[in-house]
Amino acid sequence: MNKVKRRDFLALSAATPLAGGLLTGGTFLESHRATLSARERVRQRYFPNVTVVTHEGKKVRFYDDLIKGKIVTINMMYAHCADVCPMITANLVRVQRLLGDIIGRDIFMVSLTLKPEMDTPELFRQYMKGYGIGPGWTFVTGEPDTLELLRVKLGFTYPDPEKDKDDTLHIGNVRYGNEPKVLWSACPGQAPTAWLITALSFVTPPPLKRKLLSIAQSVRAAQK
Amino acid sequence: MYYNVFGEKVSRKRYKEMVNAQKNRRELIAARLHLRRDLLKMGLLTAAGTLAAKTGLSARAASLGASPLPINQPASPPTRPFIEPMPVMPVKVPVGSLHPAPTVEPNTAAGEGRTRPHQALTMFPPKKFYIVRQMAAPIQLSPDLPPSIMWGFDGMVPGPTYVARYGEPILIRNFNNLPEDNGGFGIPSPTTHLHNGHTPSESDGNPCDFYDIGQFYDQHYPNVLAGVLSTHKDEGGDIREAMHTLWYHDHRVDFTAQNAYKGLAGFYLLFNEFDTGDENTGFRLPSFPEFDIPMMFADKVFDEDGKLFYDLFNLDGVLGDKFTVNGKIQPFFQVHPRRYRFRWLNIGPSRFYEFFLLDKDNPNAKLPFWQISNDGNLLPRPVQVESVRLGVAERADVIIDFSHYAGKSIYIENRLRQVNGQGPVPPPNDLTPPGQGNLVLRFDVVLPPVEDHSRDPAEITKFYDLPETTEEPRVTRTFKFDRLNGQWSINSQFMDCQEPRFRIQQNSVERWILMNLSGDWQHPIHIHFEEFQLLSRNRKRPPVVERGRKDVVRLTENERLELYFRFRDFLGQYPLHCHNMVHEDHAMMLIWEITPEGDTILVP
Repeated sequence: MNKVKRRDFLALSAATPLAGGLLTGGTFLESHRATLSARERVRQRYFPNVTVVTHEGKKVRFYDDLIKGKIVTINMMYAHCADVCPMITANLVRVQRLLGDIIGRDIFMVSLTLKPEMDTPELFRQYMKGYGIGPGWTFVTGEPDTLELLRVKLGFTYPDPEKDKDDTLHIGNVRYGNEPKVLWSACPGQAPTAWLITALSFVTPPPLKRKLLSIAQSVRAAQK
Repeated sequence: MYYNVFGEKVSRKRYKEMVNAQKNRRELIAARLHLRRDLLKMGLLTAAGTLAAKTGLSARAASLGASPLPINQPASPPTRPFIEPMPVMPVKVPVGSLHPAPTVEPNTAAGEGRTRPHQALTMFPPKKFYIVRQMAAPIQLSPDLPPSIMWGFDGMVPGPTYVARYGEPILIRNFNNLPEDNGGFGIPSPTTHLHNGHTPSESDGNPCDFYDIGQFYDQHYPNVLAGVLSTHKDEGGDIREAMHTLWYHDHRVDFTAQNAYKGLAGFYLLFNEFDTGDENTGFRLPSFPEFDIPMMFADKVFDEDGKLFYDLFNLDGVLGDKFTVNGKIQPFFQVHPRRYRFRWLNIGPSRFYEFFLLDKDNPNAKLPFWQISNDGNLLPRPVQVESVRLGVAERADVIIDFSHYAGKSIYIENRLRQVNGQGPVPPPNDLTPPGQGNLVLRFDVVLPPVEDHSRDPAEITKFYDLPETTEEPRVTRTFKFDRLNGQWSINSQFMDCQEPRFRIQQNSVERWILMNLSGDWQHPIHIHFEEFQLLSRNRKRPPVVERGRKDVVRLTENERLELYFRFRDFLGQYPLHCHNMVHEDHAMMLIWEITPEGDTILVP
């Protein structure tokens, strides 16, 4: 029996897709992958470095400017969402207030819109004002195709294509992670606030971890 | 040569088509061309909604009879099936003593990560001590793939097999020797659950009891029967609660799927005076280790260059396209023409299986075998079956008599269709025709005839009686498993390590109702510590193989299950959770607690 030659399957898996011209992101020479770091593999697969627009109206690169080198939370929402988004936003606002200047210095928050055609930087600024959202939390809009690509890459989806079209069915979770350490998980946006802070402690280095855990503890103590 | 996931030879052209089809769909979607209008515009979608029959596009779908993998997931490179033997895990060897000696209080000064004292260390002093290290190691799951850095107990995937006996308490000192660099997934702060030991809470491997690199954690396993300190004090526990096939695995909150997928799992076998491990005594089941073989099923997926891949942002459930048994992709296993006991365990992270035996020369022939246990608990008597369905974490001990197949090759075939994390395809389309499923393992009945002193399961009329379920429950609690805007929930709430959701009175009986009102998700639900009896599925008696004691139950679409428990002996916190590890990690879990008083919260 012939052994499958390594270069054969590398060549195969790099085979040109039929609709060559259609493909925008994500193609690269597979044979170079063997030398890639885990971090780089994850970046290539999940964090397209597309241009997006922040609530300040600035054009930034998704990976380079919002994710790279950071501990982050990522969620999806839209300004006029009356269903689950307001509860999740309110919960994240509580997290931001409780963590104070940790947000914007050690941990960053990113909210991506599901409705880029409606959510302008201006509307986002009003939305942020309404919730009293401080610095360190970026609201992101941009080209619809770009936001759709990010939604799918970050797994805010439903396996049934019909249900996937319903924006309320797949947006409840907040991704959290430490990009350089390649630690990624997710937690319900409606989880208890103290638990959200605890989950963030899973991906933070020891001094900050202790700080987060003590904040979470004081939140619980205050509730009792 | 090229093979599809069924292990069938395919032409290079066909293989190329499969890879292309998968890749194309992924990239089409990634490029946001999955919307109907776009696909129509491109001429790639017919008006009927099927993908146009362009070369490559539908090849994989056609050959799998299923839709392609999630878009962020690669198609694994080809591997040749049945070219390597199935490994059998070595038996873990105890050490003479531990330094420092185990202490009732956590030995924080020496670097122990435990936070609560041992409840029963002095009551059931360990007779054996073990040291195990969670560590990284290069693991090759197929000779056609490069080694991947995985995490294993003692660097082995699966980990070594513990062989324990009732009445012989043990203590395992776990050292976290994992690397800081996770290689792309996994978190190096583990906690090891012994599924489903009658273990005090502090040794259970609670998801919240994880510990850091460089720390250790002593786990005390009394190896006692339920009832030992309560209902059956004088007899040393209730023999009807004996458990025999357990397993251990990482249970780190929010990261269990990543860590277990990365290799942190193994078997723990528990023998007694009836299930002795010797086919000349007791129930006379095939002898360990020669004819009593644990088999761990785990589906995996590999990157384009053959490195083990985990889909980090898939919160529905992660499915592999390569089928491993005991850490090898599609191995073969040579057997003598006699009876064997196999301990089948599905470790997921998300896939369900239904295993049949297949004779490729005669695919329509029914090849019956015996199921003797469910979730490691012997059934009242052996049941002859043609297949066994296993949700994640479910176990089945089976007896296969190869004397009928001398000189032949027989396959374990998974015929259950599953295309995403929602669970298997619902009936009536759940099973593939014979010979068209996934060939997971090949038995070669080529070894010479040997004596067989094991008892023919057809002649076994009784293992253990079932404990009675007549005592009126102290409380009936209801748990609804749901997906709320994408959030995995139990009774519309989410996992929180710090807040037990209800309290069970020590030594009391409870009835739990598990509900799944979602139309399209299935959940294998696991409850730690105590075995339950499944009284009903949608108010009907469950199938005969489920009329035993269990610790995982498949909760299918629009189903209502009724469970009967007796919580005994120890105090402390334990979880209830979905064992689709991806659902579990994203909050479909809650913590409950056994206390002297308990509460009567009906919908916790």
